[in-house]
Amino acid sequence: MQRKTTDEMTLKEKELSSVVIKFVGDSGDGMQVSGNLFTSTSALAGNDIATFPDFPAEIRAPIGTVAGVSGFQIRFGSEEIYSPGDSCDVLIAMNAAALKSNLDTLKTNGIIIANTLGFDSKNLRLAGYSSDADPLGEVQAKGYKLVNVDLSKVAKETLADKGISTKEMERGKNMVALGLVCWMYQRPLDKVFALTEMRFGKKGDWAEWNKALIQAGWNFGETLELFNERYVVKPAPLQSGTYRGIAGNEALALGLIAAGHKSGLKLFLGAYPITPASDVLHELAKYKKLGVDSFMAEDEIAAICAAIGASYGGNLGVTVSSGPGIALKTEAMGLAISLEIPLVICNVQRGGPSTGLPTKTEQADLFQAMFGRNGEAPMIVIAPGSPRECFEMAFEAAKLSLEHVTPVMLLSDGYIANGAEPWKFPRMEELPKINPNLAKSVSGYKPYERDENFVRQWAVPGMSGMQHRIGGLEKENITGNVSYDPDNHQLMVDLRRKKVEKIVDFIPELKIVNGDEKGKLLVLGWGSTLGAITTAITDAHKAGIQVSQAHLRYLNPFPRNLEMVLNSFENILVPELNSGQLAFILKSNFNANIIQLNKVKGKPFLAREILEKITEINHGS
Amino acid sequence: MEVDSVLTQTTQPKVYTSKDFESDQDVRWCPGCGDYAVLNAVKKVLPQTGKRKEDIVFISGIGCSSRFPYYVDTYGMHSIHGRAFAIATGLKITRPELDVWIITGDGDSMSIGGNHLIHLCRRNPNVNVLLFNNEIYGLTKGQHSPTSEKGLLTKSSPLGVIDNPFNPPALTLGAGASFVARTIDRFSAHLHDTILEASKFNGTSFVEIYQNCNIFNDGVFESFTDKEAKDDNIIILEQGKQLIFGKEKDKAIVLKGHSPEIVSLSEVNETNEWLHDPQDFVKATLLAQFTYMQGFPRPFGVFYSKQRPTYDELFESKGWDADESEIDKVIAGKFTWKVD
Repeated sequence: MQRKTTDEMTLKEKELSSVVIKFVGDSGDGMQVSGNLFTSTSALAGNDIATFPDFPAEIRAPIGTVAGVSGFQIRFGSEEIYSPGDSCDVLIAMNAAALKSNLDTLKTNGIIIANTLGFDSKNLRLAGYSSDADPLGEVQAKGYKLVNVDLSKVAKETLADKGISTKEMERGKNMVALGLVCWMYQRPLDKVFALTEMRFGKKGDWAEWNKALIQAGWNFGETLELFNERYVVKPAPLQSGTYRGIAGNEALALGLIAAGHKSGLKLFLGAYPITPASDVLHELAKYKKLGVDSFMAEDEIAAICAAIGASYGGNLGVTVSSGPGIALKTEAMGLAISLEIPLVICNVQRGGPSTGLPTKTEQADLFQAMFGRNGEAPMIVIAPGSPRECFEMAFEAAKLSLEHVTPVMLLSDGYIANGAEPWKFPRMEELPKINPNLAKSVSGYKPYERDENFVRQWAVPGMSGMQHRIGGLEKENITGNVSYDPDNHQLMVDLRRKKVEKIVDFIPELKIVNGDEKGKLLVLGWGSTLGAITTAITDAHKAGIQVSQAHLRYLNPFPRNLEMVLNSFENILVPELNSGQLAFILKSNFNANIIQLNKVKGKPFLAREILEKITEINHGS
Repeated sequence: MEVDSVLTQTTQPKVYTSKDFESDQDVRWCPGCGDYAVLNAVKKVLPQTGKRKEDIVFISGIGCSSRFPYYVDTYGMHSIHGRAFAIATGLKITRPELDVWIITGDGDSMSIGGNHLIHLCRRNPNVNVLLFNNEIYGLTKGQHSPTSEKGLLTKSSPLGVIDNPFNPPALTLGAGASFVARTIDRFSAHLHDTILEASKFNGTSFVEIYQNCNIFNDGVFESFTDKEAKDDNIIILEQGKQLIFGKEKDKAIVLKGHSPEIVSLSEVNETNEWLHDPQDFVKATLLAQFTYMQGFPRPFGVFYSKQRPTYDELFESKGWDADESEIDKVIAGKFTWKVD
């Protein structure tokens, strides 16, 4: 093969403001590792970033099949990045199945880096192609830029003298791919190496070998005339400060830890494994040494009941689950509402109904959160909009719960739970103190006496002279004794509702974050659609469309000024990953022109889907 | 204010009488209900535990017996059906210094809460479980329960129960309970002593209490309490003693191989003699099987009592052992970068 150095080539250098690349391969191909290293490197290069892993539902699906494809998508840029991107500029496909299942995510004229060995006849068969198929030829014919690289061969050559088996050598192909992509986007090689050492430092020789593999991939790009372009993605104008990468589930766990510590109460998690919420349990279980109590219960009901028991004992009780598990916890949530004790319930939503789509995202549990209990059972409901907001909103959930002595539901979802972004994390000293409303006086304690915010004093076992009995039966106002009195029941239902409504005095007003304070169109989202909506609004503004954006993080109660905001716009577009649940609630509460944009495919919105709707409304008006 | 600072205001242990544990609520079980006897026994036991009132918590599920917490002047929670075990677990492992009691019935513990009960037994937190077994659903007015005998005619089984009943001691022993006993509402001294022993046990202590529902299942345990009949139908378990029963105290249970057998007292010899040993798990499981063995007397007393590490000890809830700077490190994670 003819080799030239870069100097001899006419290699164009092109500056890009944002790039989306996706590593796709078999579950065992190390795509998550390559993706994570590329992400950290790009963070060190100063880019803004959003990432999203795409796992198969099966733990170990048959090798080479479409069911076993694992992906890692990253968008990095010199501008602010709000979502991992609608479609890819570059697809690194380790085998035919990876290409087959991801080709539709590639931009027209996008680049495919194909691992040659992954497209042999066996892999074609496993991917479900007919024996005479030529998928690589077809993509070329369609106008994609195909770069064929025998990644396995490069890996084998690089590790030839290391005394390991051919199979082990071939495992290095993901690092060769990483090196090649690093060359394409001029990532700082010293930083990639430092990160590789951090990642593999404990695994014997593999730190050095992986560095050699990355270098080999880099050299491959530099010496072969495979590309006629190389790209520059300059640093993004990020706020100065110290950053880390954060995924939503991790942020949620850290927010609970911060809140527990700030409250001075023990943090107790009762949980049962469920996708996509289990990572919160894993994360909290790591910190037993610091004082975090995590308990894996026998089932979802026991998980919340143990948390109720912990809360009853004067601790911060938390339970974390996903839709099916939340359904099982329903009766216990009602008990916590009736007892009026603190409790944080986190729902990392997934596709439903029933078992639904465990690894896919959806926002279809809003009704469940708002109304899914027997009787009049109002509960505070809040929702983070991004991975890093999971920290803030978990902290907020605990704060509201402890200070108002009432359960709070936090609605995350699979998309922000697994998606990651840079986070300028706070220091503990910057966070507010949490003041649990624990009972203060011993004389004449009445368990259901309330303050001006309808909040009762929380007396816990061990407090002398305040022994009392509470339960799920209706309680007499003030004393808490069992009461079947009709007027008392009306009064208690009203008091529990007013207590939740009163939260409105303690939450921020809804802000217009993009665009004018009034106008023709407001896009109002909630939860994980924040990134896609922000991207769409930014693009709409670039196209000269006047549109404003607001995002609801408080769903029950709504911010005080929501009605005023709704009344300031002719049309309100509400994009949701459900069939219109927030829209339904808004329509039944406010007189506004609500336009729905709904998608229930287990996938997040593409920014362009929202932009198209904005454009359509803009043309129509 | 933090919990600890409030708790330090508490008084030193004091001497109570059973009257000190009376709450201000009227007891509302049916006149003649066996629950009264259990309430009285518990109120007599509580002053003997050495615990302060404010450190005692009764957690119950749903059912007639689950009204119990309202009637004792301690902390208490009347929770939801079947879940008292899970609630008590969360409470006990985060507040191990508390004396936690679980009050449940045969429907509450054997049906809807069955899963939680078996997991409580295997984990073994230091709590006391009092199962009020009346072999019927009382509060919902008379349906057959998971301990109702086969053939029982109830509103929900007009042709007779066809389900095999659960055997609570066998079930809990099988689930790994470390203390299993049985008593009955009508033997007030035995009831008191059994509950007291359970309260002293360090670990999950499970007490099945035969309790007469005089409305929906009256007389179901009569053969064990009737003056004429009882001596032939019950056997009182006492540590180190032979299993002797009968009006004339002339019958004994011995082991023939691994099978229990009823013999006359004179036939007991060194090779077949069965001395009750609550530390012997295999014998405890055999005793539990007497429940439904034709012709065998029903055992009352402590079947099994053997300590092992409790869940609250193993769980080691200690609260925050970190200052803010350590939490800062956790929040920062392993990899950070600076943007200027």
